[in-house]
Amino acid sequence: MTGTNFVTSAQNTWCPGCGNFSIQHTLKNLLSDLEKEGTDPETIVLVTGIGCHAKMADYLNVNSFYAIHGRAIPVAAGIKLANRDLTVICCVGDGDAYAEGLDHLVFAAKRNIDITVLVHNNRVYGLTVGQYTPTSPLGFRGKSTPAGTLEYPINPLDLMLASGATYVARGYTRRMDQLKALIREGVRHKGFSFVDILQICATFFPVTDHYNARVYDLQAHDPGDFNQACEKAREWDYNSDAPVPLGLFYQRAAPALNEKVDSHRLPEKEREQAIYRFLASRQ
Amino acid sequence: MVQDVSVLVGGRAGEGINNAGMVIAHLLNRLGYYVYMYYDYPSLIRGGHNFALVRGRDRPVGVHRESADFVIALNQETLLRHKDRFIPRTATVFNSDAVHGNGEAVSVKDALHAENAPEIMGNSVMIGAFAKVAGIPWDDVVTVFSRHLPKGTQQNLAVARRGYDQVSMVSPIGHAGGNTPRALLTGNEAIGLGLAAGGLGAYVSYPMTPSSSLLHFLAENAHNLGVTVIHPENEIAVMLMALGFSYAGTRTAVGTSGGGFCLMTEGLSLAGMAEVPVVLVVSQRTGPSTGLPTYTAQSDLLFVLHAGHGEFPRFVVAPGDAAQAYSWSAVAMDIAWKFQVPSFILSDKTLSEGVYCIDPKIHAGSLTECTREWDGPAPYERYRDTESGISPLLVPGTKGAVVKVNSYAHDAAGISTEDADIVRQMTEKRLRKAGGLSAALAEYETVLHEGPETAETAVICWGSVRGVCSEVCSDMGIRMVQPVVLAPFPVESIRTALDGVRRLIAVEENATGQLGTLLRLFGIPVDTEILHCNGRPLTPEVLSGRLQGVLS
Repeated sequence: MTGTNFVTSAQNTWCPGCGNFSIQHTLKNLLSDLEKEGTDPETIVLVTGIGCHAKMADYLNVNSFYAIHGRAIPVAAGIKLANRDLTVICCVGDGDAYAEGLDHLVFAAKRNIDITVLVHNNRVYGLTVGQYTPTSPLGFRGKSTPAGTLEYPINPLDLMLASGATYVARGYTRRMDQLKALIREGVRHKGFSFVDILQICATFFPVTDHYNARVYDLQAHDPGDFNQACEKAREWDYNSDAPVPLGLFYQRAAPALNEKVDSHRLPEKEREQAIYRFLASRQ
Repeated sequence: MVQDVSVLVGGRAGEGINNAGMVIAHLLNRLGYYVYMYYDYPSLIRGGHNFALVRGRDRPVGVHRESADFVIALNQETLLRHKDRFIPRTATVFNSDAVHGNGEAVSVKDALHAENAPEIMGNSVMIGAFAKVAGIPWDDVVTVFSRHLPKGTQQNLAVARRGYDQVSMVSPIGHAGGNTPRALLTGNEAIGLGLAAGGLGAYVSYPMTPSSSLLHFLAENAHNLGVTVIHPENEIAVMLMALGFSYAGTRTAVGTSGGGFCLMTEGLSLAGMAEVPVVLVVSQRTGPSTGLPTYTAQSDLLFVLHAGHGEFPRFVVAPGDAAQAYSWSAVAMDIAWKFQVPSFILSDKTLSEGVYCIDPKIHAGSLTECTREWDGPAPYERYRDTESGISPLLVPGTKGAVVKVNSYAHDAAGISTEDADIVRQMTEKRLRKAGGLSAALAEYETVLHEGPETAETAVICWGSVRGVCSEVCSDMGIRMVQPVVLAPFPVESIRTALDGVRRLIAVEENATGQLGTLLRLFGIPVDTEILHCNGRPLTPEVLSGRLQGVLS
């Protein structure tokens, strides 16, 4: 079957100019491509956190688990561990993944669970109307920091490389072809895939011109070289005015957790026998 | 005359006291006794004092006694700490290399040396000596060691024999009449097996005493029972990962104690809103906060009943012994899936780590097939409103179905909504499941009672305290009532069980009387509360003393 309409009839409430539209469009096209290539749309699951990004669960007509703030990643891991035939895509925000649920992000990378995490990184809390996030630049004036933040941002790419992620990429919503390719490869990658997606928040952090002037595509870069990946990841620290490289920073083949975990199940009769055998051993 | 044997074995942490207690329990089991074992240990790995109290009776038993008929002392501290447990007939067996005492002296060193055996086998020497002192036939020692000490059996038996031969028979305990040995299990093992009987496919847990031994048991037996066991980064991840498993169609349970459960409450509300089935095993320890990690309490009943924000139905069962834990764990799993609600098994340190004996042919009931075909018009709706409030449950990967679950208020298709009418409708739909759940529970014995129907005094208790209450009430001719299910609260069944009672005494191991509070909330007056909150389980001696005080 092809030609599934991947958009629901839910009313879209993103602000005009929001970067999320590009990501939705990219995902919709990617789902269509996967369907054409023979993937059953029923085997695709979208998991989201809470925030503007998370409305993706309402807008895309695929299986979805609209989870809670910061907690999409463990849900996604559980789904993949329960049924390794499912393709699990996890949309999270920067507040979601880098603040409330940072532990889950680090551990998903450490475990190399075969899910694809897309971080809608607009570097501001949008739905809670404008506070700083872990990737807001130093001095960011938000509603909780009217005098400007006192903290430097974290560099999520650096963090993911240190955590053992086997697929680390950065995309930008105004480079949609590249973004689609990065997500597509991430989905295809057999292990934990991480794509930090720079997007603007049209209302609270509209920095399109800033990004347009600084982004460039990684070239002559070997994604198999961990040290080179670290070096390129550190070129921009999410704070300075340095050039912002886009593309695949790092990729490594490694067995995924879901392939290693014992998923063997027993039919009811055999399970009952196993229980009685155990009880007999304790007589 | 009641046959009732109490054996204390004590030594330093790290000396294998728990295992020694288990072997003694198996010996009593072989002699036809009903068996219970209490294991007491501080929160440390080496050093400190550990002891086990093994009790054998000719009738069902679920609690240890204060006094000991036999004391097996691996170190001097055992004799010092437990001097109050000695009664005139107490027979003592002690390791003469480390202990000065009166009774039967055994040189562990000599026995090990003669057999060229490692120090770790010292306990076997002491057990051999105990067997002789208690008049346990050597054949039974051979059988128990062969069945339950599979590593180095022959050498263990050889050193045990050296212990056996060093002492004389002092106080033969005799056979208690049981023909077939029962199965000895901890409460946590019973919960694990019961969950497996309920179709458990995944167990997700972060270690926390006294739930950890359930994690260890299922991890050890994961392949045999067909269960995937995952230990994630924290209890928040545990709960959310479990919901991912359940959403994808795997019957899943989590396990923790109070502190870890605090972290799970966020995910608990999600389970309530998204109607994703999950079983939570909460094993209580002394709180608040870190409290006493390795000691018991019944202080989280109201927490578990009310945990989570928002309103949603839940099932809470508090088994009182291993047999109840086994049967009700299977039921708890079934209910979670049948009603798509969070389902709790509320345990405590006493139940979780106590050793009980159960019928090895115990039956756990049969499973409900709850993943139904979608027979409504296309498209599938995860939250279709129905008369029972229960929506057909499909899982991702089902042909032709888009399965959307949602933490937001949502419509029938699972899409977020703020529409006032839909929000009300869906709230009512979710809560309607509670009625069906209450009705379904009519098929089960949600409230157990024992003792004379004419007794005008009744003790009401919940959870592991049933062991001590059952014994003491039986001795004193008092009625005993144990609500096993605590949510939905079986108020009518409790009223029936209390018919004719003029004086109701609640017995609980907490400081505020949580069951008592609940009973009053449902209009059942409690006359007296016997509360006990020092982390140690109530014993028959302590409870009967307090009951006599109350009744005189």
